[in-house]
Amino acid sequence: MSQPVIRLSAVSKSFPVHDGSTFHAVKNVSLEIAQGDIFGLIGKSGAGKSSLLRLINLLEQPDSGSIIVAGQELTQLNKKALRSARQQIGMIFQQFNLLQNANVFDNVAFPLKIHGTLTKQEIAVRVKQCLAIVGLESKTFSYPAQLSGGQKQRVAIARALASRPQVLLCDEPTSALDAETTREVLDTLRDINQRLGVTIVIVSHELSVLSSLCKHVAVIADGEIAESFAIADTNQLRVTALGRELSCHWHEEHSNTHHKDAAHV
Amino acid sequence: MFDNIIAILPELGIAIGQTLTMMAIGLSTAIVLGGPLGILLFLVDEGQSLQHRPISIALSWLVNTIRSFPFIILLVALVPFTRWLIGTSIGPVAASVPLSIAAIPYFARLVEKSCKEVPRGVIEAAHAMGASEWQIVWRVLLVEARAGLVLALTVLAISFLSYSAIAGVVGGGGIGDLAIRYGYYRFQTDVMVVTVTILVTLVQVIQYSGNHLAHKLDKR
Repeated sequence: MSQPVIRLSAVSKSFPVHDGSTFHAVKNVSLEIAQGDIFGLIGKSGAGKSSLLRLINLLEQPDSGSIIVAGQELTQLNKKALRSARQQIGMIFQQFNLLQNANVFDNVAFPLKIHGTLTKQEIAVRVKQCLAIVGLESKTFSYPAQLSGGQKQRVAIARALASRPQVLLCDEPTSALDAETTREVLDTLRDINQRLGVTIVIVSHELSVLSSLCKHVAVIADGEIAESFAIADTNQLRVTALGRELSCHWHEEHSNTHHKDAAHV
Repeated sequence: MFDNIIAILPELGIAIGQTLTMMAIGLSTAIVLGGPLGILLFLVDEGQSLQHRPISIALSWLVNTIRSFPFIILLVALVPFTRWLIGTSIGPVAASVPLSIAAIPYFARLVEKSCKEVPRGVIEAAHAMGASEWQIVWRVLLVEARAGLVLALTVLAISFLSYSAIAGVVGGGGIGDLAIRYGYYRFQTDVMVVTVTILVTLVQVIQYSGNHLAHKLDKR
């Protein structure tokens, strides 16, 4: 296996609850994700999978533990260095989180403008490239309100790719989309993983999304990794119910493609 | 029957000028000082990126206190301050001082409210891309809240058109002052009708322009 691009060691995160107690969202989790992987985090709502994802780019500050992404220990960085390091970590969200009052071009240019390392022309070239990757060049000057959900998410992917990140974090990226547009977005994600080698970490509660996209999966329960496996590795016994369900999905999809292949012959 | 009106025509021109002066100074101060204060109120609030409870409580208390003064009391209470700042407490420029003081916290609250309407996720996405607080204010908050901010300014302008009428009490002049002195004290109903008509027209124009601009700026 190639070098891990993300390495979490003994990471914990808790939140104060209104009644004065503490909720331990992530408990002493260690996790390595290899360069070029598509890694899924699955679990029931409240299991801590989203918190775990948000720890990777330090949107949540861990209480303890170390977080190394692309060779940098993020917890040791000052504010400025962390902002710069975040160029290595793109992120997309369930609600897309695009600027509604900016057109597609300005949304994709946003991460390039805030870091100020490129000239205007270079930004224009890069925005064009990114929109080509997601197949939305024709929408360059549209506003998000004029786009479909799937198109909005693809703009968000283009935006996340603009600063050439090594890692793309996806927080329930298809949960606000219908089946058809979900497929569109998953195709785009698969494509950027293959063509650009971007490592993808995806949180989803949709088994079909994870089983069709991921190479590795971790099942999160009560803030801990209950089990972790390569999805195509059928020899390893699944311990959790979610793990077993996921394997069923994977088998179903694969037997389907086998049938199709057989039909072709 | 238009004798009264013809007689006050020169004064009417001056009064309109005075009202516009008070509005211009009051609104400018509101934007320059109240705007940043409103953004600060938003940023130090619980759950925001510069969350700071003591500052939040202190600012909130200050804003509430100034806002709780009835305007006429603020007007009188600030006379010594106005005299120190401007050198006189009479005239539209002097009246602009209490107007500005009242406008700052009022606009700050309106700005804070507009910022709160920006979806949290959009600000979070900007953080995830490595934006600084400063960039989030200029490139996210002000961009996403701009339609709301224009409407906030419209509300402020209309409130302050009527506040400026009270400024006549300390010799601030203006259209409202004219209405009281001629229309009310001298029972010149025609003057009252004309001044009120001017005020109604101004309010309609301000509101229409505000709505129109906000609609143009809003791409949501």
